[in-house]
Amino acid sequence: MLRKLFDKYEPHFHDGGKWDKFYALYEAVDTALFKPADTTKNSSHVRDSIDLKRVMITVWIATFPVIFFGMWNVGFQANTIMAEMGMVSQEGLRGMFIGLLAGYDAGSIWDNIIHGAAYFLPIYITTFVVGIFWEVLFASIRGHEVNEGAFVTTILFALCCPPDLPLWMVAFGISFGIVIGKEVFGGTGKNFLNPALTGRVFLYFAYPAYMSGDAVWTAVDGYTGATMLSVAATEGVVAMSQGATWLQSFFGTIQGSIGETSTLAILMGGALLLATKIASWRIITGVLVGSALLSSLFNTIDSTNPMFAMPFYWHWVIGGFAFGAIFMATDPVSAAMTNNGKFWYGILIGVMVILIRVVNPAFPEGMMLAILFANLFAPLIDHFVVNANIKRRLARGQ
Amino acid sequence: MANIKDTLLEPIVVNNPIALQILGICSALAVTSSMKVSFVMCLALTVVCAFSNFFVSLIRHHIPGSIRIIVQMIIIASLVIVVDQVLKAVAYDVSKQLSVFVGLIITNCIVMGRAEAFAMKNPPIPSFLDGIGNGLGYSVILMIVAFFRELFGAGTLWGVVVLPVETNGGWYVANGMMLMPPSAFVLIGLLIWGLRSWKKTQVEKADFKITKNSQPSEVI
Repeated sequence: MLRKLFDKYEPHFHDGGKWDKFYALYEAVDTALFKPADTTKNSSHVRDSIDLKRVMITVWIATFPVIFFGMWNVGFQANTIMAEMGMVSQEGLRGMFIGLLAGYDAGSIWDNIIHGAAYFLPIYITTFVVGIFWEVLFASIRGHEVNEGAFVTTILFALCCPPDLPLWMVAFGISFGIVIGKEVFGGTGKNFLNPALTGRVFLYFAYPAYMSGDAVWTAVDGYTGATMLSVAATEGVVAMSQGATWLQSFFGTIQGSIGETSTLAILMGGALLLATKIASWRIITGVLVGSALLSSLFNTIDSTNPMFAMPFYWHWVIGGFAFGAIFMATDPVSAAMTNNGKFWYGILIGVMVILIRVVNPAFPEGMMLAILFANLFAPLIDHFVVNANIKRRLARGQ
Repeated sequence: MANIKDTLLEPIVVNNPIALQILGICSALAVTSSMKVSFVMCLALTVVCAFSNFFVSLIRHHIPGSIRIIVQMIIIASLVIVVDQVLKAVAYDVSKQLSVFVGLIITNCIVMGRAEAFAMKNPPIPSFLDGIGNGLGYSVILMIVAFFRELFGAGTLWGVVVLPVETNGGWYVANGMMLMPPSAFVLIGLLIWGLRSWKKTQVEKADFKITKNSQPSEVI
């Protein structure tokens, strides 16, 4: 029946029809509900029938563990701190929402998730509405399809925000990410930077007080708590591991952006991505190898900078390392395309993130900047890989 | 007379040195964080560009082709030194903020470009006007960029508080990105986007074309 309805209205969306400007929107709803009419029927050269839509939805599903754990952790951190500070309830709309559904007990999973949802959902809804608005606007004017890339961009962007971020900044950041990071270059597939990270890096430099520092990581007003990385940078690894053990960091009961704290939850999503071959294992391996090599090298250097002594297995579980390596670096559009290139691309990210974390005193965290940096180099890496292959084959022919 | 008017006004919109020729971007990024400083920079560049065009044009028949760039550079450099000294005498604070960028007018592509492309082939008076026109074209872009950067980055215009910033007890959260040079890239990019949507002739030819939506039946 729905199919009939769609078919009936379809002519209006084609050229010259009443609503031809909205074809992109129609197409998006149609193919989301039904199988696209233009799928491959006979045996073709394409080995896999998966299309962009399914790829992006899979990534979206893969973020679910991260989302739920992130919400729980935001609530857990906030409830714990509130109990310590003797606060009874949150103020305003959030307080009402939490009061309706749950309490403020840090021991209760439900209370924590609801508390976290009161912070995460407004951020995500804002991101989603604004992001999809830009996507549809450009799709209508430029005449390309509405892309599920926006789904992934919005969820990833929302997950890497600090829980306390004002909503207008969220809207501003995702607008910058989608418009300047992606649409001006022609939309999904033509962007050379990861749009979610472009939005985040814009906010990071525009409003550093809201995106970094000590005050933003816990969803309680007036509480300051340093992230693991800034503790490590100022007081050293020993002081950091007194704050939280390696296992705690691995499970993610530490402070940080909403989705980045739990390496375990990220690995669960990552397992799905790797099993479906959407995320490239080559990139992830490259990141791990590059970071392990360089941080082991730094470990051997005796320095007054405490970050030099941080072992690689700590680097892997704190900050945005895991989230960046699994979800951001593997973005198929902005990463290197060739198989060998993917290794080098991953290694470049791994090396850069350790360099920024350890050597650069201005930024305690370097994952975002490292990935964007490697994004810029991805075409160059591909160029060398392709040329090397051409040379090898030429030599074989002689 | 129409010709003179074109020489003067064309560089402002139709053939803008920054927006169409993409010249002089370096100083446009560096000095535009405040309107006052960019205004002085625009003034300095316009003066240098106009007079260097004028003098190069005066002696254009006597410059040997093989060393013409060196001769142009000497003229431009002398003018820049004059401008720099005047600025230091008249507006010391601003000249300190501009620091090396006044000196770098010597290597500004717009000044060099106009001397080479226009003044070497035209009489002194049109060359002078061309220099002023290009200086104005540069100034228009710089002032627009500086307007947005100062307004959103510091909440002020020409040093006067317009949006009281949060750190001083106001309500406006200053956008730190706007005070950094990369934001000028984005702003100039958006300006060029706007300009080319308005003046379609400036749009470069696309390398490829995205085809229209097609029906499956039409394709197969």
